[in-house]
Amino acid sequence: MTALLSLQNVSKRFRGLVAVDGVSFNVNEGEIFAVIGPNGAGKTTLFNMIAGALEPNQGSIVFDGAPIHGLAPDTVCRRGIARTFQLVRPFPALSVEDNVVVGALLHRRGVGEAHERARALLRRFDLFERRHQPASALTLPDRKRLEVVRALATEPKLLLLDEVVAGLRPTEVDRLVGVLKELNRDGGLTILMIEHVMRAVMALAGRVLVLDHGIAIAEGTPDAVVHDPAVVQSYLGAEAV
Amino acid sequence: MTPAALARLGGGTSRHIVILLMLLLAVLLAPWAVNDYLLTVLIVILYSAFTGQAWNIMMGFAGQLSLGHALYAGLGAYVAAVLFVDYGIGPWIGFLAAVPVAMACGAVIGFLAFRFGVAGVYFAILTIAFAEFARIGFDHLPAVNASAGLFLPVRQATRNDVWHLRGSPTMFYYVILAATVAAFVLCRLLLKSRMGYFWLAIREDEEAARAAGVNTFRYKMYAVMISAALTSFAGVFYAFFYNNLFPEQVFSIGRSIEMILGPVIGGIGTLFGPILGAFVLTGLAEALNAVMAFYGLDIPGAKQVLYGICLLVVIVALPEGVWPPLARRLGVGKDKL
Repeated sequence: MTALLSLQNVSKRFRGLVAVDGVSFNVNEGEIFAVIGPNGAGKTTLFNMIAGALEPNQGSIVFDGAPIHGLAPDTVCRRGIARTFQLVRPFPALSVEDNVVVGALLHRRGVGEAHERARALLRRFDLFERRHQPASALTLPDRKRLEVVRALATEPKLLLLDEVVAGLRPTEVDRLVGVLKELNRDGGLTILMIEHVMRAVMALAGRVLVLDHGIAIAEGTPDAVVHDPAVVQSYLGAEAV
Repeated sequence: MTPAALARLGGGTSRHIVILLMLLLAVLLAPWAVNDYLLTVLIVILYSAFTGQAWNIMMGFAGQLSLGHALYAGLGAYVAAVLFVDYGIGPWIGFLAAVPVAMACGAVIGFLAFRFGVAGVYFAILTIAFAEFARIGFDHLPAVNASAGLFLPVRQATRNDVWHLRGSPTMFYYVILAATVAAFVLCRLLLKSRMGYFWLAIREDEEAARAAGVNTFRYKMYAVMISAALTSFAGVFYAFFYNNLFPEQVFSIGRSIEMILGPVIGGIGTLFGPILGAFVLTGLAEALNAVMAFYGLDIPGAKQVLYGICLLVVIVALPEGVWPPLARRLGVGKDKL
């Protein structure tokens, strides 16, 4: 298997705080890879560096054979990495459909074509009925789904999901997990996800990386990782071991 | 224009066509129905609608607050006036010369702001600063007669000369009417284009727009340059309508503020908002004038106070502006116009 995304010794410091400390890992083409860890472990910082929102102080990020660290977010997106935000950020005053059209226009010239593509995606994610509503009128689960749809509309090779199922009811988690699995299996979409909800991680991820205080403390299959003593210690405290 | 094309411009329903056709008919026949004074008022209203439409591209579409748009109108006015006074070059060629000047100025301001992350209220201050530079600079520029002002030669024309913009108020009325209609059509096309979607995305959430692959720097630059180019035409018109230019007047911050009042009151980001706002504001101001003249009052600054009250009422009672609720009442989608 070839690595679609490869991080080598990536670090990010904010003043004195080392948020991400020498992290290396590969995400292979076609897999679903999860990054987990307690709050403040550096997961979102790591994400922001991959997506171009932050520049690493050190290390390299290679995507699809070319270095991308330090590139602007829109350039990274054009190369084929789309992201969602942990705190959702749809375009509030735009209709649900127009939100997706913005993404679909990245690789399309025609507005009509982009609308067709947007409607097809909205159907798949059960948002078609709400396509004329402003995004601000949607419920949180719907806004989360809308973010995923907008990201997918840019036709990424790699989808970055930042806690996309957090705050959803278990049935909603299962539905979203189902669609993501389908996209991965049928569309060959590679997914890198940050997730707190272990239900989603166990159901989706082929491999998991565990971050704690900016350091990668474990990597492996979900089953192996949740039984790793270092992971149990970081999540539950030393006394529990 | 065929009814079908009109329908597409107006949003596609017959209601739109009827309303647009009625409006068009009313403004086309207006010069026969009103006296010279009211015709001048209509010219001022359309001028304000035109500049409001141009400003709206930046603020209403791309979300960039410019409080220095007098700069682009002033540049347009001075470029065309100097070419006419010193070289005898007509206003339409003058406009073609003014466009690149205004665009270049907009590009410089845009580049400085967007490249170095000057946004929001700081961007607004930067635009004011450039307009003030221009005001002070032109005030001391001998080539344009500095603070003594530039005067365009007025000939007693026997017939209307559209090519040289010399003629009766009726001719000026039709010129600014055509420009306002053209600006409306242009803005509608822009809004429905790929670029329009990217502008709205930037206005709504710039970081999310970048994450969706929008090159926000580039599209903000397009917005400021297109808006500047369009505004410069207003300046050309101003120069040839009033025939005198003083830096203190054309570049004053008061002019910039007047330009934004129409869209703010009519509805920022809508296509009819700037037009409706211009009618409401200038209409009320002229009504106030008439009332004061009737009672023999002369209160300096009354117009500005009226503008302030209008602004206050709209911000408190109709934060979207006057047009969006009116559009809903008329049954025409506000997102379409």
